[in-house]
Amino acid sequence: MELKTTPEVGGMGHSIKRKEDPRFIRGKGTYVDDVQLPGMLYLDIVRSPHAHAKIVKIDSTKAMAVKGVLAVITGKDLEKYNLHWMPTLMSDTQMVLPVEKVMYQAQEVAAVLATTRYAAADGAAAVEVQYDPLPVVVDPRKALEPGAPVLRTDKKDKKDNHIWHWEWGDKGATDRAFGEAAVTVKEDIYLPRIHVASIETCGCIAHFDKIDGKLTVWMTTQAPHAIRTVFALVAGHVGLEEHKIRIISPDIGGGFGGKVPVYPGYVIAVAASVLTGKPVKWIEDRMENLQADSFARDYHITAELAAKKDGTLTALRIKTLADHGYTDAAANPSKFPAGLFHVCTGSYDLKAAHVEVDGAYTNKPPGGIAYRCSFRVTEAVHTIERMVDLMAHQLNIDPAEFRMKNFIKPEQFPYKSALGWEYDSGNYGGALKKAMDMIGYADLRREQAEKRKRGQLMGIGISSFTEIVGAGPSKHFDILGLKMFDSCEIRVHPTGKAIARFGTKSQGQGHETTYAQILAEELGIPAKDIQVEEGDTDTAPYGLGTYASRSTPVAGAAAAVAARKVRDKARKIAAYLLEAAEDDLVWEPGKFSVKGAPNKSKTIQDIAFAAYTNHPQGMEAGLEAVSYYDPPNLTYPFGSYICVVDVDSGTGEVKVRRFVAIDDCGNIINPMIVQGQVHGGLTMGLAPALFEEISYDEIGNIRGGSFIDYLLPTAVETPKWETGHTVTPSPHHPLGAKGVGESATVGAPAAIANAVVDALWHLGVRHIDIPITPAKVWKLLRQNGVTE
Amino acid sequence: MHVKLSINGEAHEADVEPRLLLVHLLREVLRLTGTHIGCDTSHCGACTILMDGRPVKSCTIFAVQAQGRELMTVEGLEQNGKLHPLQEGFMAEHGLQCGYCTPGMLMTSFAFLKKNPKPSEDDIRWAISGNLCRCTGYVNIVKSVQHAATKIAAGGA
Repeated sequence: MELKTTPEVGGMGHSIKRKEDPRFIRGKGTYVDDVQLPGMLYLDIVRSPHAHAKIVKIDSTKAMAVKGVLAVITGKDLEKYNLHWMPTLMSDTQMVLPVEKVMYQAQEVAAVLATTRYAAADGAAAVEVQYDPLPVVVDPRKALEPGAPVLRTDKKDKKDNHIWHWEWGDKGATDRAFGEAAVTVKEDIYLPRIHVASIETCGCIAHFDKIDGKLTVWMTTQAPHAIRTVFALVAGHVGLEEHKIRIISPDIGGGFGGKVPVYPGYVIAVAASVLTGKPVKWIEDRMENLQADSFARDYHITAELAAKKDGTLTALRIKTLADHGYTDAAANPSKFPAGLFHVCTGSYDLKAAHVEVDGAYTNKPPGGIAYRCSFRVTEAVHTIERMVDLMAHQLNIDPAEFRMKNFIKPEQFPYKSALGWEYDSGNYGGALKKAMDMIGYADLRREQAEKRKRGQLMGIGISSFTEIVGAGPSKHFDILGLKMFDSCEIRVHPTGKAIARFGTKSQGQGHETTYAQILAEELGIPAKDIQVEEGDTDTAPYGLGTYASRSTPVAGAAAAVAARKVRDKARKIAAYLLEAAEDDLVWEPGKFSVKGAPNKSKTIQDIAFAAYTNHPQGMEAGLEAVSYYDPPNLTYPFGSYICVVDVDSGTGEVKVRRFVAIDDCGNIINPMIVQGQVHGGLTMGLAPALFEEISYDEIGNIRGGSFIDYLLPTAVETPKWETGHTVTPSPHHPLGAKGVGESATVGAPAAIANAVVDALWHLGVRHIDIPITPAKVWKLLRQNGVTE
Repeated sequence: MHVKLSINGEAHEADVEPRLLLVHLLREVLRLTGTHIGCDTSHCGACTILMDGRPVKSCTIFAVQAQGRELMTVEGLEQNGKLHPLQEGFMAEHGLQCGYCTPGMLMTSFAFLKKNPKPSEDDIRWAISGNLCRCTGYVNIVKSVQHAATKIAAGGA
């Protein structure tokens, strides 16, 4: 599907400047904390210092004596309304405020409502809570041992900490392939807990108007419509019905998956507003954000890969232990408990594969949200890319050559993977070849060999990943039964300008610009004449929101389909105005003209005016359309990344010297924005590869709970990314596009890890878990006889 | 306590609690919401403003410490309807995505370019290393600052 491109109207394929920027560069965006309502109250939250403890007593006396404090809200207050627990997307339950016990450090224990932000904080500090500590379980392997303390005592029949077992693939065929394999490799790979840490934290202002019974919530959410329905389902019994709930998601300061879940603070703020009839603001601080909001990953993976003697890969076998914290609150709308982890056969033509995952409860906050990726795709990609590299090194075959040999070939698409996914399109060899040419692969290998002779540690790492995005087809996805379509509604005004509203919500991706470009291309109305709006459930059509790189694959498709409906009506009006048959009209962006008589034409603006002033008899007035697009398949963006690292043998520090990223996201709507997404994604790939980890000590104290020890890369550590692309359009998407926001986050960590192991392979190093810190490398160097 | 200060060339005064943070005076009392809060511990730089021309993190300064000082916030960059070259640079080079860190980045860069009008790429990276951005990967922010430096050198501001 070739890209249509009309620069005159700011159509697709052009780097037009962003419509969002004029307000942001003036400091005139409107983020949640910028909203201030008359009479607004503030909420602050008391949090647990213990990872597992019975609540003996909550004494509010001193807190209530603080000037400005109006109420201290506890689990017992919410219990009266049956709002002390809430359901999770994974059919589990999560506490809003505890009645019996706390299950992780920094868990919400009580909330203080006050007239000012400072009074609320003073009140929170003055609440006295008496705890009776309980045994703490932080290691999911220990959690599953017989005799481990059972954590979810709220579940009557629960006798252990095992949440679920899930397996997928043909076990028999996989075991047979391993039995017949000439070579196998096996590795334990741990992907630790990390946190998206968007620079804006989470928060809301809930405003319940007692007179008209309407609740308005300004909220940091990536999925406003889904939130509205969830609120109605959870709180319908206390009188919050869906037509009386309005969710406004204003400008969002980064989301990356962290703003998908419903956190207890939102629910408490809503409850407080409903009870008082006043607006209630809750904004978490950074430490609350890092310590208590949902986490990503925490997958303990054991992977095995089998190959023939000549290096042809045959089978993959994976067993994984998933640490979900105290509840399975994964932001996972797929029908699979481990999300899309079974895309783990990656870019390779494997004949058999089998995956097993077990979920476990521990005394940690809820895990299982994404870190800028579709549900467990980074876990899958990291595993297969590490294993393929391990196999190549084991066989002493160049990792690039080894990948080329085992890639799914372009002529095999659409390709059905061994685990059942239907890949839409790809040219994996093309992307890797381009990356190798761009970075000068052969020269780098020569340089590495020379440096190795001199004892210098240099590594080259490749990651040739396949993403799976655009959730999703209703056969695989739903949220509480809601199919995962997304939407676009277009209204063309009489003067030829237009407004378009969407069910998604940008958090920095530039939707106001790219959606306008799609519509401009489809309708010929200049992008500057199209107003794009999202994030207000009272005005936007229903949609499931922005995450999992789904906006372009799903809402972008809806934009194209809605625009084509508008064009169909415009054709009828044009035929009437030109006194011609519809079939005799030719469309070019912006106008219909009569075949063979190009100067007999009507512009889209002429047609828009006629739609309200002079439309054919029997036709309704107006020029508008709406589309709810349920994608027929997911899209499969891919890319090949090559990373060069130098390792300091004295300090163990890894320096990324060069990083070339070739991405293929199908047809490109705005190259500038796509490149920006890749830059940001690469940096969020670098971060967990080298710096970020949230771990816990044996009694459940969080390590990495502030920006002092949770290390986001600054401009100094971040390399100058080198990017490029190939274009392999999606055959099923109306624009041939695939989505790009997360590819780089998914693909980059393996390239970096592979580069470091490549640098140290000759010393006997076979694997290093991310983050690859100087301490880990230093220790490995000393263990393997490097003395300086 | 009573505090008098100048913000973007305008005189302001307010009665404040001694412990009120400067960023809360700006955002909540004076309603200049362009200055953002990202961490409360001076690590992220979203709250960066200029105090007597020097970049400071307004989340770790009390409002009363700004008594008699001249402050500049992102709202003060545009003059008489004309954008500052840094603002133009960030738009031209796609130096922002969600926009949350942008005001802090702009103010840090503003003070930096006054001191170092012809910076190298490395200079810029070190200069903005106290401002975290989660969206852009910094490459385009560096280009935005270079864009502004070139423009200022050519007499753009």
